[in-house]
This record gives sequence, C-alpha cells and structure tokens, in this order.
Amino acid sequence: MNATMIGINFAYVVSAALFIFGLKMLSSPATARRGNLVSALGMLLAIVVTLLAQGLDYKWIILGMAVGTVIGLVAAYRVEMTAMPEMVALFNGFGGIASLLLAWSEYHQYPDMSTFIAIVAFLSAFIGGVTFTGSMVAYGKLAGRINSKAILFKGQHLLNAAILLLAIAAAALFSMHPDSGGGYALFLLIIVLALTFGVTSTIPIGGADMPVVISLLNSYSGLAACAAGFVISNNILIVAGALVGASGIILTNIMCKAMNRSLANVLFSGFGAVTQAAGGGAEQGEIRPATAEDVYYILEAADSVVFVPGYGLAVAQAQHVLRELGDLLEENGTEVSYAIHPVAGRMPGHMNVLLAEANVPYDQLVEMDDINPRMDSVDVCVVIGANDVVNPAALEDESSPIYGMPIIETFRAKTVIVLKRSMNPGFAGIQNALFFRPNTRMFFGDAKASLQALITEFKGGD
Amino acid sequence: MEAVYLTFVFVLAIFLGFELISKVPSILHTPLMSGSNAISGITLIGALASLQTDHHGFTAFLGTLAVIFATINVVGGYAVTNRMLEMFKKKDEGGAK
Repeated sequence: MNATMIGINFAYVVSAALFIFGLKMLSSPATARRGNLVSALGMLLAIVVTLLAQGLDYKWIILGMAVGTVIGLVAAYRVEMTAMPEMVALFNGFGGIASLLLAWSEYHQYPDMSTFIAIVAFLSAFIGGVTFTGSMVAYGKLAGRINSKAILFKGQHLLNAAILLLAIAAAALFSMHPDSGGGYALFLLIIVLALTFGVTSTIPIGGADMPVVISLLNSYSGLAACAAGFVISNNILIVAGALVGASGIILTNIMCKAMNRSLANVLFSGFGAVTQAAGGGAEQGEIRPATAEDVYYILEAADSVVFVPGYGLAVAQAQHVLRELGDLLEENGTEVSYAIHPVAGRMPGHMNVLLAEANVPYDQLVEMDDINPRMDSVDVCVVIGANDVVNPAALEDESSPIYGMPIIETFRAKTVIVLKRSMNPGFAGIQNALFFRPNTRMFFGDAKASLQALITEFKGGD
Repeated sequence: MEAVYLTFVFVLAIFLGFELISKVPSILHTPLMSGSNAISGITLIGALASLQTDHHGFTAFLGTLAVIFATINVVGGYAVTNRMLEMFKKKDEGGAK
C-alpha cells in the first residue's frame, strides 16, 4: 500500500465518523438538519479522496456523476411530500442496482477471484438485484402505476423457494470456479434470478403493507453495499452499508410491531388481498352524528384538543386546513397537539413530514406512547382519516383480527369526534367499535370540507 | 486473514448501527430512511475506484452505469432529506407563513 492509498484510507475513517455523528444528530429534530449535512460532508470527503487515487479514467467519472447529479437533484426538488415513499423506493432501487453493477464490473475485470470474494460478489449482485426490482415494484404500487392489491397466484411460495434454491445452487458452483467459462454463465444466471426474485417476492404484498417492504428494501440496499465493500476490500462501504442495514432492520421491526404482524406474515400472507370477513361486524349500536355547529361548540369549550390524523387526511390534502384550525384553537386558549400512530402515512414517520410541511411545529407532534398515558385528561380527541389505529377492539375484542395491535386510545378522552366520509370500514375491513361509544360523535363529510366548515364557524363566532 | 478483518469491521458496525438508530424518534423516521438511503449510495466510492484507465469496453460501461445510479442515490437522497428537515420547525420559528 503506497502513501496515497494510506492517506485515502485514513480519510475514509474520518468519513465513517462523520456518518456516525450525522446519524447521532438525527435523534432530535433540533439538530437533525445539521446531522444530515454532516453526513453529506462525510460522503463528499469520501468521494473527493477517492478521486485522488492514481490511474482513474476521469472522462467516465465526470460523465456519470454529472448525469446522476442532475437526475438526483431534479427528482429531489420536484417530488411532492405525499409522494415521498415512492421517491425513497426509487432511490433505494438505484442503490441496489449500483451494487449489482459494481460486483459485475469487478468480476468482469478480475474473474480469477478467491472463493470468499466470489461468495460476496454473489451476495452483492443478488441482494442488489432483488433490491432493484423489488423497489421498482414497490414504486409502481405506491405510485399507482401497477395494481396496488396483493397479487397472488397458485404455487407462489413454491416458485419463490425454487428461485432461491436455484440461486444458492448457482452461487455454490460459481464460487468454486469463478474463472471458468461456465462461471460467467452462472453469474449471469444469478443476476437474472435476482431480478426475477425481486418481482415475485414483492408482487404478493398489498399496498397497505408497503411501509414494511420499503423499510426492508432499505435494509437490503445497505447490505448490498456492504457486500460490495467485501468484494473490493473497502472498509467505508462495509461500515456505511452496515449502518444502513441496521437502520432498515430496526424500522422494519417497528412497522411490524405497530401493525401487529410478524415479518413472515407480511411477506407471505398477502394481507391486502383477502379481506378478513371474520372481523366482528356484529358489534353495532347507536351512532351519534354531529353538525359543524355542534362540533364547534365542543371544541370551543375544550381546554385540550388532540388531533389524530391518518393517511386519509393526506389523501384529502387537508393538512393545511387542519393546521389553520389548530391555530384558531390555540388563539382561543386551547392546548393543541397532534398524536401520530407509527403506521400513519405510507412509510415510517410519513405523517410527521406531511404535518411539518403544513407548518405544524414539531413540538406539537406527539408519539403514541407519550399521549396514551395522559389520554384520560384530554377533553376532545379529533380523529381525521384514521380508523383501525383508534379501534378499541384491538384492546378488548380477542376475536378481532387486529387484537393486540397498539392503538391511540382515543376512546379514553372525554369526547371523541370522528371526521369520516361514511360508515365504510377501514382497509382491514373491520367495523370500528369506537364509533358506537357513548362519548363519540360522528361528523360526516369530506375531511377538508368539514375542517373548512369548522374554521368558518370559528371565524363567524368571534 | 483479510476476510476475518473485514467481517470484524462489519459486525461492529452493525452493532453501532442498532445503537444509533434506536435513538431516533419516530417523528424523524422518514428523514432517517431517506438519509440512510443516501448513505447506502456509498457504493459510489467503489464504482469510482473501479473506473481505471486500464479498464476498457464492457468494464468501463458497467462502472459508468454504477456511477450514474449511485450518484442519483447519493445526491437525490441528501437533497430530499435536507428539504424535509428544513420543514421541521419549533413553535417560535414556525409562526411565519
């Protein structure tokens, strides 16, 4: 190792430290933005020192980076916040395919790999390929380009298992003789299998489960980068890839817990497709509708109001109107906060971003575990576009399919107001016991129009 | 021996990752995801190093493609994360519309 290489590798250590600091600063909204910049600085440093190495072909590098930068920036600045899950899925996929291409190029150049390098080259190409097509399917489902329902067919698990076994067998043969002519054919076969597996393993997962899938693919893209790091013996790829891999696994786990499902259940059962007809639709009772005026009087008299937004709020594009109502309530001397369930939105933390975009200050955003213990002292809970995540059946009805799922315990508030278009059940097809509680009032209509009506009441009432 | 050393680094980094990420509040999970996504574009470093003057033809082609995709991942990821985090404001700073 010559002096330049040693210098470069020392700079990589600094980059790794910057990534770690950057992630550490993400633990508070106050420092998060600087944290992201610190992490970007680490990346910039790693890129700059890499370019100092001798014998690089700059024309291709400049071309590639220029094209990538333009596409990346345009995409990042044009995307709507509601479309963030699609964007993340797309970027994820690109990271995956880059790892596949890197492993391929490395193998093409140096086919006489050791067995160990051949195995990690296989992992890099395989995980990268699965990440790529898996993310493309996730993107298609989230963006509505392909049917977001779970697509199931007979023998699906068998097919997936067969592809996986075939890939492992191909990898075993490949890693024994990577430099033979057959080795190259096997490598190509592995790539094809990976790309196919990405599609066949993601297509049976329903649109509502996409948050879990994106988290998982996020983890894969990190692990693919990690494997690529093993191929070229580069520590910075291994460290950065491992950090991302860990991050994705944690988020996947949080999402699964919040949805009360195991990862295996999400990946293999096709939840979105089979509507759980067994859901306790029997528990009916009297519902109490309310008009805008009634709701206005309830809110006007309240000392504390907690809004519980769900994805329906974002679909109705009502987050700005909601913030306006929140501001009016605050002027009225009411304590306002927004309680957010971990699965609200279409990816982890999505709802928080949507509310932040509507200028809701982050100190008013409360997590489920923080609001539940003090729910008894809340005067009014306003549920907007959320359904299953506030269903008390999750706590009380053992026969309910969502039994055991953590919920925001709105029913313990003194009064609950539910803004809802109609009495249709949520995506799980389960009737919501909350609607029939004596302290619940139903305020029917489009979320945005209903909130607008309340604002008009407030402005007229002053 | 090198394999052992690299695996050592890998295992420690995984543990560090678990420690760091579990401290991130759920409010910031979307930026965390897009930010860590940008970090996973680190493959760019490998792709850049693979584009050497004595590599030609197909290798250079694969390397350039890898550079393009990884750059989109890195630049787009950091830019969109920054855009999101800009919007997170405290009450006293958030008043101006």
